[in-house]
Amino acid sequence: MPNCKTLVNYTGTPQQEEQLRQVIEKYKGQPGAAMPVLQEAQEIFGYLPEEVQVIIANGLDLPLSEIYGIASFYAQFTMNPKGQYRISVCLGTACYVKGAAAIVEAVEKHLNIRNGGITPDGKFSLDCCRCIGACGLAPVMMINDEVYGKLTPEKVVEILNSYN
Amino acid sequence: MTITELKNIRAEMLVHMRLRRPDGSAIFESLENCPIKKQVLVCCDTGCRSSKSTEILEALQQEALDAGLEHRVIIEKTGCFGLCAAGPVVMVYPEGIFYAKVKPEDAGQIIREHIIEGTPVERLLYKEEHLEQKTPLLFNTRFYKHQMRIALRNCGIINPDKLEEYIALDGYSALARVLTEDTPQGVIDKLKASGLRGRGGAGFPTGTKWQFTHDAKSEDGVKYVCCNADEGDPGAFMDRAVIEGDPHSVIEAMTIAGYAIGSSQGYIYIRAEYPSAIKTLQSAIEQARSYGLLGENIFGTGFSFDLELRLGAGAFVCGEETALMTSIEGKRGEPRTRPPFPANKGLFAKPTLLNNVETYANIPWIFQNGPEAYAAIGTEKSKGTKVFALGGKIRNTGLVEVPMGTTLRTIIEEIGGGIPGGKKFKAAQTGGPSGGCITEENLDVPIDYESLMSIGSMMGSGGLIVMDEDNCMVDIAKFFLNFIVDESCGKCTPCRIGTRRLYDLLTKITEGKGTMEDIKTIEELCDHLKNSSLCALGQTAPNPILSTLRNFRAEYEAHVVDKKCPAGVCLSLTHYYIDPEKCRGCGMCPGVCPVGAINGVLRAPHTIDTAKCIKCGRCAEVCRLGAIYRG
Repeated sequence: MPNCKTLVNYTGTPQQEEQLRQVIEKYKGQPGAAMPVLQEAQEIFGYLPEEVQVIIANGLDLPLSEIYGIASFYAQFTMNPKGQYRISVCLGTACYVKGAAAIVEAVEKHLNIRNGGITPDGKFSLDCCRCIGACGLAPVMMINDEVYGKLTPEKVVEILNSYN
Repeated sequence: MTITELKNIRAEMLVHMRLRRPDGSAIFESLENCPIKKQVLVCCDTGCRSSKSTEILEALQQEALDAGLEHRVIIEKTGCFGLCAAGPVVMVYPEGIFYAKVKPEDAGQIIREHIIEGTPVERLLYKEEHLEQKTPLLFNTRFYKHQMRIALRNCGIINPDKLEEYIALDGYSALARVLTEDTPQGVIDKLKASGLRGRGGAGFPTGTKWQFTHDAKSEDGVKYVCCNADEGDPGAFMDRAVIEGDPHSVIEAMTIAGYAIGSSQGYIYIRAEYPSAIKTLQSAIEQARSYGLLGENIFGTGFSFDLELRLGAGAFVCGEETALMTSIEGKRGEPRTRPPFPANKGLFAKPTLLNNVETYANIPWIFQNGPEAYAAIGTEKSKGTKVFALGGKIRNTGLVEVPMGTTLRTIIEEIGGGIPGGKKFKAAQTGGPSGGCITEENLDVPIDYESLMSIGSMMGSGGLIVMDEDNCMVDIAKFFLNFIVDESCGKCTPCRIGTRRLYDLLTKITEGKGTMEDIKTIEELCDHLKNSSLCALGQTAPNPILSTLRNFRAEYEAHVVDKKCPAGVCLSLTHYYIDPEKCRGCGMCPGVCPVGAINGVLRAPHTIDTAKCIKCGRCAEVCRLGAIYRG
């Protein structure tokens, strides 16, 4: 499950943690507190890394496994942040037959991350997506809202380097 | 707040609220002493807001201010008028003039011509498809004529952020009367007499449910009232519209429920995907509290009740009652076995009453107008009205509320305005991924809970998706299954694995690799799922397949035996061809084909190598002669 483990180092600030503790304080003792706490924690940190889950588990006096169980159950909770540059490689049929698999491989190799992952510096995240309707330019990928077409593995490296 | 204070607010507000009558029958005598002659209401429901209705509202307010009209015209936001297809929608009272597809830049003209000079802006009036002239009054449209608004009675009339406007239209009067004049058992008896049934889908008699929870014993006396606002069916949005347009009707009904069953705490479980509804509800709860309509000692009667919001986090299964309660308890939203039923052992193991938003929205009306009035509407076993969300291949997409017993033909052909593009009706899906499809031959069946069951569909929460001849029914069944596969919580095996296997088998068929044996396996598997899944999500998951198999078996067989998709939807079974009569060999299509599947010499008809073609459709897009078709 790509959702469950992140390579990004935890960068929560003491202020954010303090904010989280206040949230925990607000809900502590209330029945069913875990959900609203996780929801507000995700608003504070943008995602729910292990460190945050530990703070919540300790704060609410619940087993970490239970917090993790809730965080992994609901589609809205994510344990992986999105990068500053979100890469989506199209895996639609047109792109696939034109070598999208090699494009994915090139991105993975160059950035040393897997599909669904993020680079440790939080700069790039990689997801594969369904057809984005640019079949004439296949194979394509998007970085944030920018579309890059007629890709080759070499071109991918060039494009990625331009973001450095 | 005392009951006298409630009456005073009502009397004070009524002066201008009386002007807001959709049929244009405003009570004009109240105009004479009132400086306000015109009222402009802008729909700010999520649908209209996505096409800039908030900017329209601001522009109108600014224009009115610039013209020095701020004390002579009221400009308010309001909830859904229902005709979302014509959005953004603006209504001008007292005439009830209805403007469609308004843009922010139209604000000046509306203020100048209509508000100041008194001449409606012809250009912006709504035009019905079948008529030559425009229809200035919404009330006179074909869309509106067959409707009866009870659950949506205040949507499009009041500003949902203003509690006083709700009070002006008899809001909280039902609560006041119930608390001062009725016993809890009296309330339940009235509800039973009204014949109201659960609008969430199953249609369980609401009064009976209240009775069970009323009778249930709680050791420490704690009971809960819950509201299911986790509206997850693709295509259904009536609960969101009620909350965004008339939140107090839900709050008032839940408070009445609290009195009837002996509870002082309620929870509204609402999906996080509805941010605007959450905001409206939050602010409504705070207002009700500040007026003392929620909290301790309501109307000085000694009865106390308060409400809390709980947000979902993106899990469809949490619309199931036991899963919803587990989720409020702050756990993974997995369902559990019943019995014990929630009426005896629900939220935090206490007796709990759970109703859906639309069910609650009917309740204040029932107590204002009497259960007999409600029971007089509808069919023998299904009383009152039902809200449907019209979607799919239909002209007037939007929200409609009709008396039970209305035929599907009236809803689709009259209210919905028929199918666009001269296409032929094929089927209508009710009940979303748990429901079934209704075909042409059953269009004249009066809709109620029983009749829909008897024709192999179900009422469901009220999503109504219309499909025409261009829709492939196998593909539709696959679409719903895909949704269920994603949303199955995984707790019980039949649902977790069964839905996945069904999806795989349907995929096989749509790819032209299916066998007749597969159809048999599908039917068997559906039977297992129905009988052995833990909750309604799994038990009803086979419905879309079974109902399409029953009504459109020939279409399945065409996929399996002839390897053809009659509707031309399933990609693997259709191919692109070039019409040699039309093609002039201009050379455009070979240039864009990503796989080099188009052959031919310049100025002579080209051909497509179907073995190479990946059916991306680029060639058909660039062909200026329309020579490339799919079949």
